[in-house]
Amino acid sequence: MIRQRKLGRGVAVVGAGMSRFGMFSDLDAKDLFIEAYRAMLASVDKGVGPEDIDALYLGNFSNDFFAEQSHWGAILSDALGLVPKPASRVEGACASSALAVREAVFAIASGFYDIVLVGGFEDMSKRTTEEVAAGLALAASPDERAAGFTFPGVFGAVATAYFQRYGATCADLWEVTIKSHQNAVLNPKAQYRKSIQEIMDGKVEKSRSRGLPLPQWQDERAFLADARANPAIAWPMHLFDCSPISDGAACLLLVGEELARSFTDDPLHVAGIGQASGRSLSQADDLTSLEASRSAAREAYAMAGLQPSDVQFAEVHDCFSIAEILHIEDLGFFPAGEGYRAVTRGETRRDGPMPINTSGGLKCKGHPVGATGSAQLVELWEQLRQSAGPRQIENPDLRVGAAHSMGGTGGTCAVTILERR
Amino acid sequence: MANPPIHDHSYRQFLRDKKLMGSRCTGCGAQYVPPRDVCAACHEGTMEWVQMRGAGSLSAFTTISIGTPATVAEGYDRNNPYCCAVVALEEGPRVVARLQGVDAGQPETIAVGAPLELVWESEGEAVRETPTLVFRPRVAESGA
Repeated sequence: MIRQRKLGRGVAVVGAGMSRFGMFSDLDAKDLFIEAYRAMLASVDKGVGPEDIDALYLGNFSNDFFAEQSHWGAILSDALGLVPKPASRVEGACASSALAVREAVFAIASGFYDIVLVGGFEDMSKRTTEEVAAGLALAASPDERAAGFTFPGVFGAVATAYFQRYGATCADLWEVTIKSHQNAVLNPKAQYRKSIQEIMDGKVEKSRSRGLPLPQWQDERAFLADARANPAIAWPMHLFDCSPISDGAACLLLVGEELARSFTDDPLHVAGIGQASGRSLSQADDLTSLEASRSAAREAYAMAGLQPSDVQFAEVHDCFSIAEILHIEDLGFFPAGEGYRAVTRGETRRDGPMPINTSGGLKCKGHPVGATGSAQLVELWEQLRQSAGPRQIENPDLRVGAAHSMGGTGGTCAVTILERR
Repeated sequence: MANPPIHDHSYRQFLRDKKLMGSRCTGCGAQYVPPRDVCAACHEGTMEWVQMRGAGSLSAFTTISIGTPATVAEGYDRNNPYCCAVVALEEGPRVVARLQGVDAGQPETIAVGAPLELVWESEGEAVRETPTLVFRPRVAESGA
């Protein structure tokens, strides 16, 4: 039985923006957060001044490790010229900024603050791939780490259990990849803005210019099935099943609902927020579903008074292709074991009945882990306000979108439902 | 170490003595590996140590080509992957472990559901800081 929780005061989103996502040798977390902040300011239709902002909540997983610097709340408050506005950092592994949003919502709903800047950031690319793998694995359970599991490894294991139970194959998961690349082509902020076909063409051209034998791939699926082009990272997770190492930041401006019209005539409303904890991989009841996703979704739907079928599109935490399949089942968009079939039928494409990850997802937009939860809400903001440009979902009556964030191996999940009224 | 407190340090000490120990709730009978001192099922009973036989079956696995600095130190790399597994113990609890005695370079040859047994002397043991569970495929018993 899920208790229907309500906010003491409605909360609206009146601005949202993100930095470019990518690997930037010359930009650190501060630079990227300033870029996201400027993009957010530009999105507030009637403007907002720094003096209006009451407080900051910032999601970050582990810049302590990735960039050897802690205490980012104060650093960013200062960098934005917002001192002495209080700034708190929130940590929940890769769901960090989804949790920051939730704390910001509570701060406003309590009546304590009226206007809050909330966001997240991560600066990961200055470390080697093995160091990043070890840094991310800090969010796994101690026994998973002792056994040598990496994050791709955990989701590789989940995939073998899913394959065994439902009959899916690697080729089915690559349909997620193909879709993510198609969407990211249309996202100017995305890390990988090329379709799989364009990547193939680039490799053929490179071989031609070097006088090497030209690779022969019949189509995108043949390319993804070629172990030289798409090597295993943690089988059955291959290179193109995995989100990249990324730097980036994103933020939103949240206000008490009754104040929203001072900032825009077209605010979005926080209809539902849910958060839940889950057990580690080996301790979970089911290897093919995340209990924390299901619980967080139930809480968010109950608060919003909505059903999964009311959600018109979603951003879900596709750190790995198999994760996207699990999440679209756990959020109730498709029955258990049917998610991969829905993807292969094209139902989750941008022009399908249930668009998933129109931003390109973590796979192609990029996954600066602490920024991801708030960046997903930036995509909901753009889609719901019909301002997503060439990747706009073609539905003039887009009203309800959901974002799903996952931390660790499902230890933390958060679901946020935004509504345009 | 007759009846040490139920926590991770004692669990690891048991592993060093080649014993796979879990905890069992005297109230509801739920079993946990690694051991828990609080029963997540009934929250009431007191916990006691229980030894696992070390037999199980493969629930899920992965062969890892890009590991961490620690597994690189064990000698694994892109050309020499290692296998990590989720193992369902015969007694019920599931554990995460390293899987040896399989061809990690040919993951298609590894089957979910395969019977496994715990081994105590294993490759890479000398360089691992934390004792790690290692399983291998269980050979059919004679007469089977």
